[in-house]
Amino acid sequence: MKEKQKIIEISGLSVTFEQYDPHSPRRVNLPVISDLNVSVHAGEIVAVVGSSGSGKSLLAHAIFDLLPANAKVGGNIYYLGEEMRRERIRELRGREIALIPQGTGALNPLMKTGRQITNGRKDDACVGEMRNLMRQYGLPRNVEKKYPFELSGGMARRVLLLTALMSHPKLIVADEPTPGMEESLAGQVLADFRNYADQGNGVLLITHDLRAALGVADRIAVFYAGTTLEEAAASDFDRENLLRHPYTRALWRAMPEHGFAVVSGSQPYVKDLPEGCPFGPRCPDKSPACAGEIPVRSVRGGRVRCVCPGEEEKRGEPDGM
Amino acid sequence: MAEEAANVIRFLLKKMLKAAVLLAGVSILAFALVSLSPIDPVRANTGTTAYLRMSPEKRAQMDSYWGKELPAAERYLNWAADFVRGDMGMSQKYNRPVAEVISEKAGNSLALMGTAWVCSGILGFILGAVAGCFRDRRPDKVIRGGALLLAATPSFWLALLLIMVFSVWLRWLPFGMNIPIGVSHSEVGIADRIAHLILPALTLSLTKTADITLHTRQKMLDIMESDYVLFARARGERGSRIVRRHALRNILLPAITLQFSSVSRIFGGSVLVEQVFSYPGLGQAAVDAGLGSDVSLLLAITVFSALLVFTGNLIADLLYGIADPQIRRGRSHG
Ligand SMILES: Nc1ncnc2c1ncn2[C@@H]1O[C@H](COP(=O)(O)OP(=O)(O)OP(=O)(O)O)[C@@H](O)[C@H]1O
Ligand SMILES: [Mg+2]
Repeated sequence: MKEKQKIIEISGLSVTFEQYDPHSPRRVNLPVISDLNVSVHAGEIVAVVGSSGSGKSLLAHAIFDLLPANAKVGGNIYYLGEEMRRERIRELRGREIALIPQGTGALNPLMKTGRQITNGRKDDACVGEMRNLMRQYGLPRNVEKKYPFELSGGMARRVLLLTALMSHPKLIVADEPTPGMEESLAGQVLADFRNYADQGNGVLLITHDLRAALGVADRIAVFYAGTTLEEAAASDFDRENLLRHPYTRALWRAMPEHGFAVVSGSQPYVKDLPEGCPFGPRCPDKSPACAGEIPVRSVRGGRVRCVCPGEEEKRGEPDGM
Repeated sequence: MAEEAANVIRFLLKKMLKAAVLLAGVSILAFALVSLSPIDPVRANTGTTAYLRMSPEKRAQMDSYWGKELPAAERYLNWAADFVRGDMGMSQKYNRPVAEVISEKAGNSLALMGTAWVCSGILGFILGAVAGCFRDRRPDKVIRGGALLLAATPSFWLALLLIMVFSVWLRWLPFGMNIPIGVSHSEVGIADRIAHLILPALTLSLTKTADITLHTRQKMLDIMESDYVLFARARGERGSRIVRRHALRNILLPAITLQFSSVSRIFGGSVLVEQVFSYPGLGQAAVDAGLGSDVSLLLAITVFSALLVFTGNLIADLLYGIADPQIRRGRSHG
């Protein structure tokens, strides 16, 4: 595979919230994300999947420097190979990187939709483009003049999508862009992401829906309790034994076409994370080594954080990740 | 369109009915309180010695002047019937028609309250918005510190402080009464009236400003952390543009509404301030009327202030309907 340009690379990201504990005079640190990695190349859609609370939205907020003041952020974010500092992020956002936020509360309740889509611009080119996009996504013309509370959930999501498309970014970070949309419309959104990526851009698609992600993404990053357990090619999900992490395999088995097998237990909350692998307590292949330091290894073109990743590759050469 | 007009009319009718009930309730309550009061109006207004020296005929005459010979319910109904017809009766205390007393005192009070209301509303909003924008930085610390200090200061104490500084030490401003002593009402110039207004208005404004500042600041903080401001940042909007496009728009509406619905608070504050500065306004007249059992005056003042507060709230409601798209369009959508 030809080495493509990396649009964004997040490496070793950690996010810790400093909180005041009502029961003690000291501040407590809540490490909600630790050692999280993910990257998007030009022409790629990378899906981030993980259950609720695994840190997906925090990742998006970290990329856009939107985390609250009590969040301490570690690790590195590179944009086109260049390390991004705060000031640089502030220059890029809204121009080269665009966020589609998870909640429709992101729309200003007192501003008409049209002005929010164009971001206040009134020139004909901009308004024309907006109307084009609205038509394309089946938004009636009068939506322009409506306030957010007058939109349905699916409409509001399309409006958020349009805000991102209007800025022609190099990278779109879409945090759950399709819930509330009809299936055909959701399919159209994903297909458009595909097109958009094929033009040499990148999409980081955050979603609960592994199946939908597999239909459109090139690679899948699996999040669990604030860390990346595996980065795999979408094609690895064709067969269970191509997958590297027991959690990913459990996700695979939970898919309807593979028998709905649900793994017992639930993702631990950050305050009671186990030592070592966060998935340890629920893992069918658990060994004493799981309580220790867990290395990240490259296996069959993907990466996995596990002590016994199924059939490890001996050469372990760094590959196109 | 016709449906909307019908809605507005229904809304206003409902409000007017509410107002009528409110006024009846408030006046009955005030009347009951005065009737139950242990103060004997004749004694209170003539002085105990004079009362004791009075001949029985004179006493009977005084009793009937102060309306003591009729049962309470009848007296109330008489008053209400006259009042509805537009006759507010005579003030026994001032020995003038109540309407005349009210119009004079209300003019003074409205000047005082209006000034304080406008100044504190504008100043408090600006200060609060600035503090909220500069969260935890120098301007915020200064503004918040000042506002907290002022909010914790009892207003009578603040009034005395201002009198000491501006009237006693600096001798810039008169203290007390709204006109110079010994000058008749008609000779007083506008400049003199303003000079007498400044200190009471300042006292009333300062306390109010502190409240509004703190409230606006908190609102601003909430909005600066809202999802839509966060998203505006994600889209590359910055500082003053976010404040103008998103924050101000969203705090202005609740601020204006709060301002109108807080008329009752400023009215309450003005009673105290009028006492401290012996400013001849409604508040002072109310205290006089209450202590002197001047029923017609007290009831008229009560009704007048209830109307004032009610109007404030009504305007707040109407504004909400005009300014908030959710209500404005929700209503026409049915
Ligand atoms: N401001 C905050 N203070 C403390 N903890 C927080 C804060 N914001 C998020 N968290 C915690 O961080 C974790 C990850 O949150 P995040 O919103 O990224 O989850 P998510 O993967 O997006 O979930 P979902 O799929 O439900 O959107 C959660 O456990 C959450 O409780
Ligand atoms: Mg989320």
